Amino acid sequence: MSSKGKKEGMDPDAGSGQDVYFPLNGGDFSDAGAGSKSLRSELAALGVPAWIIRRAAICAFEAEINVIIHAVAGSLHYLIEGETLTITVTDMGPGIEDIGLAMKEGYTTAPDWAKEYGWGSGMGLPNIKKNAGTLSIDSVPGEGTTIEIIINLAPPLNARQE
Amino acid sequence: MTVRELIGRLDLDLKNNGCVEAAINGCYASDMLSDVLANGKEGNIWITRQTHPNVVAVAAIKGLSGIIVTGGKQIEAETLEKAEAECIPVISTSLQTYDMVGMVYNLLLKNECR
Repeated sequence: MSSKGKKEGMDPDAGSGQDVYFPLNGGDFSDAGAGSKSLRSELAALGVPAWIIRRAAICAFEAEINVIIHAVAGSLHYLIEGETLTITVTDMGPGIEDIGLAMKEGYTTAPDWAKEYGWGSGMGLPNIKKNAGTLSIDSVPGEGTTIEIIINLAPPLNARQE
Repeated sequence: MTVRELIGRLDLDLKNNGCVEAAINGCYASDMLSDVLANGKEGNIWITRQTHPNVVAVAAIKGLSGIIVTGGKQIEAETLEKAEAECIPVISTSLQTYDMVGMVYNLLLKNECR
């Protein structure tokens, strides 16, 4: 984590050790976004710049949706420690056979019912990768997937990218 | 142009108590939610046929100025309520997406606010 240079907005003493957990149920879109919504308000309360909140919320929401589409159940967990946000999403799902392929924009294994809801365009993981600082994926076919997203909440002012 | 002005000019149907004084700086039309998460821009008005509550989360995350649902589709009550809680106006039109996009495009072009 960079601690050099001027920081935008955020109170550097805020956000120590806030640790929040949300369960997710496969096939149930009704609670989708509860984790990302909570994350948005927490980050706003900490004075994190809007463009970083947006990136974090996109990562969290896409990850929630992935669990709902593909898994029986799972959870979203986020932790704010100083200037670092870690989002961990774990599921009991089918696992990802070929992570390289899953990262390719437009590739999807989503079922038709998810597409009727406007999901399953093969952009979820690419959207997460684009908005995360770092993304790691740990998946065992037949068992499940855990993804970890790390985002620097107070990057230098010249680091802004939309 | 504000959402209120757009509704008046195009004779659209506002379905909830959203923040209609929000300024519209452009438009994005898509029915794929990840596409909007990737390519929609803050302040855009979003034209779509999707009506379930996930559209509210997408609009809130991206800071969109409003949602226009085309084809006269019935909009879930939960969607309208959640959007109101996020202060996002949800608007209905009986026009199909192509026609709505054309009208919004022309209107925004004339107002030179794209």
